[in-house]
Amino acid sequence: MQMIQCPWCGPREEVEFHYGGQAHVPYPSEPAALSDEEWAQYLFFRDNTRGLFAERWSHSAGCRKWFNAVRDTVTYRFHATYRPDEPRPVTA
Amino acid sequence: MTTVDAFSTDPDDAVPHTPAAAAAGRLNGTPPRTPGADLPEHPDALWKNPEPKKAYDVVIVGGGGHGLATAHYLVKNHGITNIAVLEKGWLAGGNMARNTTLIRSNYLWDESAAIYEHSLKLWEGLEEDLGYPILFSQRGVLNLAHTLQDVRDSVRRVEANVLNGVDAEWVEPDEVRKICPIVNTSTDIRYPVLGATYQPRAGIAKHDYVGWGFARRIDEAGVDIIQNCEVTGFVRDGNRITGVRTTRGDIACGKVALAAAGSTSVLTDMLGLRVPIQSHPLQALVSELLEPVHPTIVMSNAVHVYVSQAHKGELVMGAGVDAYNGYGQRGAFHIIERQMAAAVELFPVFARAHLLRTWGGIVDTTPDASPIVGRTPYDNVFLNCGWGTGGFKATPGLGWVFADTIANDEPHPYAAPFSLDRFVTGRLVDEHGAAAVAH
Repeated sequence: MQMIQCPWCGPREEVEFHYGGQAHVPYPSEPAALSDEEWAQYLFFRDNTRGLFAERWSHSAGCRKWFNAVRDTVTYRFHATYRPDEPRPVTA
Repeated sequence: MTTVDAFSTDPDDAVPHTPAAAAAGRLNGTPPRTPGADLPEHPDALWKNPEPKKAYDVVIVGGGGHGLATAHYLVKNHGITNIAVLEKGWLAGGNMARNTTLIRSNYLWDESAAIYEHSLKLWEGLEEDLGYPILFSQRGVLNLAHTLQDVRDSVRRVEANVLNGVDAEWVEPDEVRKICPIVNTSTDIRYPVLGATYQPRAGIAKHDYVGWGFARRIDEAGVDIIQNCEVTGFVRDGNRITGVRTTRGDIACGKVALAAAGSTSVLTDMLGLRVPIQSHPLQALVSELLEPVHPTIVMSNAVHVYVSQAHKGELVMGAGVDAYNGYGQRGAFHIIERQMAAAVELFPVFARAHLLRTWGGIVDTTPDASPIVGRTPYDNVFLNCGWGTGGFKATPGLGWVFADTIANDEPHPYAAPFSLDRFVTGRLVDEHGAAAVAH
């Protein structure tokens, strides 16, 4: 089990968290203008990166806030966690 | 159903190998049967390891069960033999090498029932077709219901199965106990067993032998199985792919078929093609070898564990997928812990069994828990992915319909509902319930 750094609560065990998929997927600015293809992309299509991936997590058994993380999908190591209003940090 | 032929592959074997029979055998002085005594010896040679040729009519990317089965039916049903199956590692060494081997067709929707039942029928004749033992053992599957809503959903699924010609019945707790005496059917556990769906024709097969059987057959037919050959790119000419770039050189192709399971989006990214799949670790484990105790297959969606006993005697147990995306072929320990807690509550007899090994495969999940099979925006590239946790059972059925789709340049009727464009049209095949595993 991993320790995950909640930006508000500090390090907590993985079982306290809930996974939320790819981060930085904005709601369409003009929903009514989207084609069926564009709606499908927004609803169903996400990146499936092999390597460093920016994704959403919720501290569901703690402060219950959402945050973002950059995690390696091969090693599963968290390289950074950050608040939703912050830009994706540069990680190696 | 207490005489389910769980541990013998010999139809003439007169001794029923059930827990009761094993106990009776001990009492009258007959030793219990040695698990695994019937496993066939491996043949001396399985298949050749040719150098890749310059060009093939069909290049299949992915040398797992689906890729091999597709090649088999391209040969058998369509007379196409100038085929290469490219495998980045060793043949059938990914999810095919380590999985829980369950085979069943009790899915809810017509589209799924059609393709999985087609597959189950092929499993029933596959040993003869391949001329190779695969130890297909139709010992039945129980899908347990633990809540009133589970019961209602299960009965609905049974009715849907019957309408589709799939064998299924609803069984009460006392019948569950007859089919699988070691299930805890007491009413004082946290999630009591309120009944189950039962598909008697469901079963297990020896996964490695299935891969080797297909490989031997297509090798004999002249198909080139090329291992340690990773695809690193594609050669494109307008709307066609004219070749694949590999770690063993460029290979020209008439058609390309992708059958790479969890690694599919690594390939489709190279094609600039976006597919709605997310790769997740799926963990499973086996116990030490035990004498026959578990005559069927038991699955529970609510407490989340599924169990069968392998031919040699290991208890084979699976869980749901780990929540996060992953390519690491391992997962988190707390998933296993939760799964074991469910297993021990449902099967108190397992409490002292030792864990032998665990593993994680990478499965490709889709938004509606159904696969993606068919054409792509490229004229000659065909896609097979998104089977999530359930690809093994589909191996022959998928091979059949995918080969047909590739040979005829249009989707086989059983493949048509699973096209990539269903995510745009909205005609989803929502199997989150009947897939029986959370993913």
